Amino acid sequence: MEAHPPRTSLWNDPKARGIIFQALLVAVLSYLVFWIVRNTIGNLEKQNIASGFAFLDTTAGFGISQTLVSYSETSSYGRAILVGFFNTLLVAVVGIIAATILGFVIGIARLSNNWVISRLAYCYVEVIRNIPLLLQILFWYVAALRSLPSKREEPLSLFGLVDMNVFGLWGPKPIFGEGSSTAVIAFIAAIVITIFMRRWAHKRQDATGQQFPVGWTTLGLIVGLPLLALIVTGFPISFEWPVFVDTGPVFGRGFQLGVGLNIIPELVALTLALSIYTASFIAEIVRAGIQAISHGQTEASHALGLRHGPTLRLVIIPQALRVIIPPLTSQYLNLTKNSSLAVAIGYPDLVATGGTVLNQTGQAIEIIGIWMLVYLSLSLTTSGLMNWYNQRVALIER
Amino acid sequence: MTDLSYVRADESPNLPPPVNTTGVIGWMRANLFSSIGNTILTLIGVFLAYSIFEPLIEFSLINAVWEGENRQACVAPPDSGLHVGACWAYVKAYLPQFIYGRYPIDERWRVDIVYGLFALLLIPMAIPGVPFKRTNALLLLIAYPIVAYFLLTGGFGLQIVETNLWGGLLVTLVIAVTGITASLPLGILLALGRRSNLPIIKLVSVIFIEFWRGVPLITVLFMSSVMLPLFLPEGVNFDKLLRVLIGVTLFSAAYMAEVVRGGLQAIPKGQYEGAQALGLRYWQMMGLIILPQALKLVIPGIVNTFIGLFKDTTLVLIVGMFDLLGQIQSSFTDPTWSSPTQAHTGYLFAAMVFWSFCFGMSRYSLFMEKKLHTGHKR
Repeated sequence: MEAHPPRTSLWNDPKARGIIFQALLVAVLSYLVFWIVRNTIGNLEKQNIASGFAFLDTTAGFGISQTLVSYSETSSYGRAILVGFFNTLLVAVVGIIAATILGFVIGIARLSNNWVISRLAYCYVEVIRNIPLLLQILFWYVAALRSLPSKREEPLSLFGLVDMNVFGLWGPKPIFGEGSSTAVIAFIAAIVITIFMRRWAHKRQDATGQQFPVGWTTLGLIVGLPLLALIVTGFPISFEWPVFVDTGPVFGRGFQLGVGLNIIPELVALTLALSIYTASFIAEIVRAGIQAISHGQTEASHALGLRHGPTLRLVIIPQALRVIIPPLTSQYLNLTKNSSLAVAIGYPDLVATGGTVLNQTGQAIEIIGIWMLVYLSLSLTTSGLMNWYNQRVALIER
Repeated sequence: MTDLSYVRADESPNLPPPVNTTGVIGWMRANLFSSIGNTILTLIGVFLAYSIFEPLIEFSLINAVWEGENRQACVAPPDSGLHVGACWAYVKAYLPQFIYGRYPIDERWRVDIVYGLFALLLIPMAIPGVPFKRTNALLLLIAYPIVAYFLLTGGFGLQIVETNLWGGLLVTLVIAVTGITASLPLGILLALGRRSNLPIIKLVSVIFIEFWRGVPLITVLFMSSVMLPLFLPEGVNFDKLLRVLIGVTLFSAAYMAEVVRGGLQAIPKGQYEGAQALGLRYWQMMGLIILPQALKLVIPGIVNTFIGLFKDTTLVLIVGMFDLLGQIQSSFTDPTWSSPTQAHTGYLFAAMVFWSFCFGMSRYSLFMEKKLHTGHKR
C-alpha cells in the first residue's frame, strides 16, 4: 500500500499559503505600478510634456555661481546637472573631512580627565545635535555671514592669509607656470616611495625588531621632494592675491571680483553647518567606541611598558575603530544626503540645479529620477567601500 | 632598667586630610590643574567658554530689547555706537503666528484644545507608573486623531479651515506626530517582511527600505509635491499637507523598519521556538510573544527616530509650507520689525524651541533605556 501524506487543506499548508500570499502581493504591486504608469502617461499627455531624456541636450540658459567643470549659459541642461553633481561631491568630501576631524577631537575631549574640557564637549554635542540642520544652515548663511563686511568695507582678515566679506572667503590663487608639473610628479613619487618605505620598515621590524623613524622620513619625503623639484625648476608656481586696496576701479575700494581665489559664501555656510552638525554625532560615536574598549587593555599595555601615545595608537584606536566604523559610515551617508539642503540657500548642488531645470522644463519625473539614482548610487558606493574597510579591520575569529 | 616608659592608652585622633586634597581646592587640583598640560587645557577651555557664552549672554539678555511696538525699539539710534541685542519684542509680537500660523483668530481655541488633549493623553502615557495604559493608548492612537482631525479641519458645525492657513508649531507637530504614528505600524510590517522566509515578500521589503533610506528627504518631499499629482487619475487632487505627510510617513517607515528589525534580531531564538512549540501561529507568535519584547527593547530607538523626524519637519519650508522655521523665515520680510538683529533673534528663538523639544525627548529616551534595562540580555 502507498503511504498517503496527511490530507490537509491547501489553506493550512504553510508552503502553499506562502505561495498564495506572495502571488497576491505580486498581483497587487503589479496592478499598482500599472495604474500609476497609466495615470502618469495620461496626465503627461494632457499637459503636453514629452517624456524622455532628450531635454538634457537643450541649451540651459542660466548661470551657475560655482562651476568645477567648464560651464556657460550656452551649455546644455545635462551639463548643468553635471556641474551640480560635482558641487555636491565637493561639499560632501570637504564636509566629511572636516566633520571627521572635529568629531574625533570633540569625542576625545568628551573623555578628557579635565572637567572644563569634557563639559565643553558635552555642551557642544547636546546643543548642536538637538537643533535642526536646516536652521543651522540658515543661521550661518542669513545671520552670520551677512554680518561680514560689505564689498565697500575693509575685509575681515584671518592671519593675513584669508580675507572674509559678504562675497565669501578670499585667498591666494595658485597659478601653475611652466615646469610646475615636475613638482606634482615629485609629490606623487614621494607618496609612492613612502608606501614602499613603510612596508619595508614594517617587514624589517617584524624580522629583526629594529625600528625605523617612519614618521620623520614620511614628512621629509612628502615635503622635501616637491620642494627640491621646485628649487630645481626655479619656483614656477606663483600666487595671485585678491585685491583689496583703499582706492581702485570697482566700488571705490579696489575690491576686484575674479582676482584671487574666491570661495562663495553658500559653500562656506553649507560646509560649516554640515560639518559642525555631523561632528556632534561623530563625537558620540567616537566616545562610545573608545568606551567600548575595556580598561584592562590600557592597563595591560602600560604593564608591557608602552607609553601613553603608543598605547592609544597601537592598542586602543585599532580596537575602537572596529566599533566606530559602521555607525561612522552611516553618518557619512547622512552628511552626503543632507548636503541636498543646499537648495535652501541657493548653493548650486545637484538638487538646486536640478530644481532650476525642473522649473524650466517641467520634466519632473526625469529630474527626480536622476536625483534619486545619483544619491542611491552614492549611498551604495560609500557603504560598499566602508564595508570593505570594515572587513579588513574586523576581528578575525576562529 | 629604666623606669622611663610611656605606653599610650588610647588612639591618637585622626588628623584631617591635607587641605589641598579635599573640598573645592582638592577637586580643582585633581581635575583641573593636575599637570602643566592639564592646566593649559583648563585655561584654553575657560577662554573658549568665555568667548562663547559672554557674547551670547550679552546678546540675548543684557543688550536685549524686551518691550516695543515696532522696529524703532530694536534699532540703535545712528551714531550712538550702541549695540542692540536680541529683539524679543519682535518675537512677542509674532508669537501667535509662530504657534498657529495664519489659522483664523476666532477659531484658535480649537488648536488650543488639540494641543491640550495631546498633552493630557501623552503625559500619563509617558510616565511608567500611571495605570490604565491600554485605555490610554487606545484613546491616544484611535480616538484622539479623529477628534483632532475634525477640530483642526472643521466640519460638524465648525467652520472649515483650509490647511494652507495652518502654520508654525501646529504644522511642525502635525507632521511629526502623524508621521511617527503612521510610520510605526508600517515600519513593523516592513521589518517583519524583511525577516520573512518568503523570498518575494523579503525582496520587496528590502528594496522598499533600502530605496527610502538611500535618498535624501528633500527629494522625497519634491516627489510628493511634484510627482504624486502625476501618479493619480485626473481630477483626484490631494491636499498639499496630506501629500507631504504621505512622503514623510513612507520615508520614516523605512527608518522605523530598521529600528524594529534591530529589536527582532535581539530576541533569542528560543523565544520563537518556544512560541512555535506551544502551537501558536505566525501572527499569534509575533503579536503575543515576539513584538511585545522587541518593541520594548527598541523604545529608545523609536524615540531617536522621532527626534530625527521632528528636526526634519523643518525641510517642508523648501516645498513652500510654513512650519515653525518657515513661519519665522517668512516673518523676516515684514518691514514693521526689520532690524539688524531680527534674523539672529528669530533663529535663536527657533533654536531654543527645537532644542527644548529634542533635548527633552532624548533625556526621556535615556530614562526609558535605564528603566527597561532589566538584565536579560545575552
